[in-house]
Amino acid sequence: MYHAIVFLPLVGFLIAGLFGRVLGARPSEIVTTALLFVAAVLSWVSFIQVGFGDGATRVQIAQWMSVGDLRVDWAFRIDTLTAMMLVVVNTVSALVHLYSIGYMHEDPHRPRFFAYLSLFTFAMLMLVTADNLVQMFFGWEGVGLASYLLIGFWYQKDSANAAAMKAFIVNRVGDFGFLLGIFTVFVLFNGVTFDAIFSRVGEFANAKFHFLGIEWHALTIACLLLFMGAMGKSAQFLLHTWLPDAMEGPTPVSALIHAATMVTAGVFMVARLSPVFEYAPAALTVVTVIGGITAFFAATVGLVQNDIKRVIAYSTCSQLGYMFVALGVGAYGAGVFHLFTHAFFKALLFLGAGSVIHAMHHEQDMRHMGALRRYIPITTAMMAIGTLALTGFPFTAGYYSKDAIIEAAYASHSSAGSFAFLATVVAAFMTSFYSWRLFFMTFEGSARWGHGDHAHAHAPHDHEGVEHDAHGRDVEAASHAQHEHGHHGGHTPHESPLVMLLPLFVLAAGAVVAGAVFHGAFLGEGYEEFWKGALFTRPENKILEAMHHLPVWVPLLPTLMMALGFALAYYMYIVDAKQPAKLAADHPILYRFLLNKWYFDELYDAIFVRPAMAIGRFFWRTGDQRIIDGLGPDGISARVLDVTRGVVRVQTGYVYHYAFAMLIGVAALVTFYLFRGAH
Amino acid sequence: MFGFGILSGLLVLPLVGAAFILSLRGDSEAARSNARWAALATTIATFLLSLVAWSRFDTATASFQLVESHVWLTETIRFKLGVDGFSMPLILLTTFLMPFCILASWESIGHRVKEYFVAFLVLETTMIGVFCALDLVLFYLFFEAGLIPMFLIIGIWGGKRRIYASFKFFLYTLLGSVLMLLAIMAMYWQAGTTDIPTLLAFKFAPNLQIWLWLAFFASFAVKMPMWPVHTWLPDAHVEAPTAGSVILAGVLLKMGGYGFIRVSLPMFPDASVYFAPLVYALSVIAIVYTSLVALMQEDIKKLIAYSSVAHMGFVTMGLFSMNEQGIQGAMFTMISHGLVSGALFLCVGVIYDRMHTREIKAYGGLVNRMPIYAVVFLILTMANVALPGTSGFIGEFLTLMGAFRSNTWVAFFATSGVILSAAYALWLYRRVVYGPLDKPALQTITDLNRREMITFAPLVLLIIYYGVQPGPILDAFAAPTDALLKSVEAALTTVKTAALAAH
Repeated sequence: MYHAIVFLPLVGFLIAGLFGRVLGARPSEIVTTALLFVAAVLSWVSFIQVGFGDGATRVQIAQWMSVGDLRVDWAFRIDTLTAMMLVVVNTVSALVHLYSIGYMHEDPHRPRFFAYLSLFTFAMLMLVTADNLVQMFFGWEGVGLASYLLIGFWYQKDSANAAAMKAFIVNRVGDFGFLLGIFTVFVLFNGVTFDAIFSRVGEFANAKFHFLGIEWHALTIACLLLFMGAMGKSAQFLLHTWLPDAMEGPTPVSALIHAATMVTAGVFMVARLSPVFEYAPAALTVVTVIGGITAFFAATVGLVQNDIKRVIAYSTCSQLGYMFVALGVGAYGAGVFHLFTHAFFKALLFLGAGSVIHAMHHEQDMRHMGALRRYIPITTAMMAIGTLALTGFPFTAGYYSKDAIIEAAYASHSSAGSFAFLATVVAAFMTSFYSWRLFFMTFEGSARWGHGDHAHAHAPHDHEGVEHDAHGRDVEAASHAQHEHGHHGGHTPHESPLVMLLPLFVLAAGAVVAGAVFHGAFLGEGYEEFWKGALFTRPENKILEAMHHLPVWVPLLPTLMMALGFALAYYMYIVDAKQPAKLAADHPILYRFLLNKWYFDELYDAIFVRPAMAIGRFFWRTGDQRIIDGLGPDGISARVLDVTRGVVRVQTGYVYHYAFAMLIGVAALVTFYLFRGAH
Repeated sequence: MFGFGILSGLLVLPLVGAAFILSLRGDSEAARSNARWAALATTIATFLLSLVAWSRFDTATASFQLVESHVWLTETIRFKLGVDGFSMPLILLTTFLMPFCILASWESIGHRVKEYFVAFLVLETTMIGVFCALDLVLFYLFFEAGLIPMFLIIGIWGGKRRIYASFKFFLYTLLGSVLMLLAIMAMYWQAGTTDIPTLLAFKFAPNLQIWLWLAFFASFAVKMPMWPVHTWLPDAHVEAPTAGSVILAGVLLKMGGYGFIRVSLPMFPDASVYFAPLVYALSVIAIVYTSLVALMQEDIKKLIAYSSVAHMGFVTMGLFSMNEQGIQGAMFTMISHGLVSGALFLCVGVIYDRMHTREIKAYGGLVNRMPIYAVVFLILTMANVALPGTSGFIGEFLTLMGAFRSNTWVAFFATSGVILSAAYALWLYRRVVYGPLDKPALQTITDLNRREMITFAPLVLLIIYYGVQPGPILDAFAAPTDALLKSVEAALTTVKTAALAAH
């Protein structure tokens, strides 16, 4: 069964990828989607078997490499954590496949699109089923490749190509740490399989390791390096810059890869390695702090973005921060639970946004939307459900998982935990604000579309009082529309076809009930029987216990934040729509700072990209050409030329000159022989 | 047959083909066509013969196999051939790449066709000779003889600055080799033989080892090429015809690495340990420095050439890490790089044949008219940046792991190459393949034809196959690596005990 779950998407990829052009678009769509649905159904079967039965197992496929003590297999490690990820990945992927049939129906490259989607799914499945760190790295880079290909799917757009490259390279920065982490683990444990690591981790609780001339607590440095990989993949603070740009890809891709699955790989990794992280408290503190900063930082940027997808992207970034906060304070169940519920409502929000964009003929700027509720009521309802779940409205999915994280942060009673508590509470308020802001700007208010050349001219407009910066970073041109659609301007938004709405219904159902149904198993009374040790906590880790003994105001606080955020958004965008522009005009520096995402792109450009190019050019022109070649071959040949030129000068053409030279030569020879004879 | 074995057959077969091509009369189209087909048939036959050798080869043992020995210059300097786990895969790589070189030259070589193929076949003999020689003088002879056909290939069939490039190539490599010859003479006086198996068991005095090691290093470092003696490679690549680049990157660069593992490491273990920090430093500089230089290149071939230097940095780093992962990874990187860079140069050749320029600026948006080409190029690019699932990953991962085990600083800086390689390779891909196709000259460019597809298919399949199942090659390296490490360790402990006894 597990062979089928993992390899069916690969089969789909090969069929659509190799024969897509022969088969045509429709058969490619049907084949890949059907295979994914089979895999999704099987995943649910295995989830129930493993989570609520006794089905944890290991499946050996083949040996990968064996060098000295290093033995790496292709193998599946199936436990509750894996089974849960299988469900998330395959369910969302199957729904996104289905949705894409509708969303991409005008694209001439559909077989390629579906092939990439299936390739991504396969790589992601290899990641979550990995039995060792190296196979995980295979999946890790594989999803990176698929993400690269899908972000750059519309390869005619320069911005898409740049975003694709950026995603791959920033992820590679994380992978740099991941690789070093794998090496550290291998040197310590003499193996890279999870079994080998987990069974011996206690022996190394106090081990030391020399890395870069410093003596570290061995497990701490290993965890920190591995976490660097997680930061890249999960777009955590400092390595987050690629995720908003990744929105250049088609919207179904954003839903699948950049919301529900790939970006949670880092969370999965830390959860999977919980036995190691448990012995590295310092590393956990770092995880908490980074998670808290990300949750706060991304939420602030999300407040002012105007591109509908970017708002959701920053929201994803922020929610991933929440998950890391939970992991960092030792509440792995809460983190993974939020991963699970987040997959439903964030995929719902993205696909809903896709439905809006579809309705608006590839317009993504919310300033050109408004009043859409009357035209696309079903989409509006679905978006409302997603927003409610995201903001943690009582008894929706987010209410259970997000609030649990905030409570866990409070319950940890550490300084990092307190910081994270503060950050997540404030972020909860901002989450609610920007989510409702998105909702109101898109679906309520007055219609700001349909007046002639509204969208594509991008004339300076001052909706929020401040003009955009020179880069136009905040203005997302819907430029692929140019080769997608012939029709601009006067059109009425239309509701999406059923094939796009069906996935929304399924996800909406998940967003409503997933929290209530699974919350007991993931972090409540069913914890032990459900996880069966897949999430490891040391005996002294009492966080789940502590979460039940909190002051009354703590569990109420997130809900209060949600309500406040809603109220403020309602006031600013419905009651008094002049407020946002006024506020932005009153605080231009702050507004620009947020609008330009704390200037991270500019900063990285200045301290990494430009210097790298300058150094590269210097090494090439000065290092290689002037110094090495100049002192080496070119220099020598130039000297040789000088000498020969000198010889030419000696060749005067007069016979007596030559005769004289010969005479000198003979004299020299005779002298030489005489001296030799004298010895 | 006359006491000659299968390895002699591998050496003679290309020469027979070359002799046949030389015997063809005239320069008519028919004669050219005959020359092409004869060259192709010869290289394929040689490849098949090497497969026979592979089937008779036992990977479980570290000793030399298929050995044959004939009297040559003197009783002690013999014509001795044999292979072990290190050399056999390299021979296979050589014979495997040759037919692709012939195919790549099918239409692109317009003048002196016969001579061109003769040069290639002679080159093949010398390359195989290097990998199976079991006598240092014979090794040296093949090592140097290979220079001549390559010098001619660049100098006659090369690009605009071919004379400059060919002389630079020749002078660099020759200067290194002179020192190697001196070292071989010194070894002969010391050990009384140039027989490699005997020398492997011979213990040179540590002081002498230092000098011998340096002399060999001069030669191998230039061949590799290591920083800072790498500048001949970009020029040679840029000017060489496509097939010349394939062989240069695919096989000739591997001679340096092979020399290290055949001579430097096992014969001068003390010196190797002594100089390991130097090699590390040069390797790490090569990886970071040339990756950065590659980033700024404007010529596709030069970019790939610089990336080759970076990859060879991984090889030297792995070899001198002196553990299983490092050495086997380095050997694997050589094989993998042979396939990947060879295929990448073929890729450049494809568009060069159509547009006659290698300027990155001249391209853009090729995917619009050349989708199959774009896929092939993508897979090769990913193999070049060592994406897991391609053969490039296995080598890079293992060499880095080996380096990490011996020195974390080295691994730290070398691993940054992972980021830089992604940067230059993807940027190249973006500029050449992606984007709109708006350059007028490219409007009529055609996708891969059947001959080109036949050329790429096996390469791409092997790159992926060895990425998923590297066993067949890695296992061949296991036994000799084990033996090498044991002998190095034994040598080092004797030195240590001697040093202790002296106190």
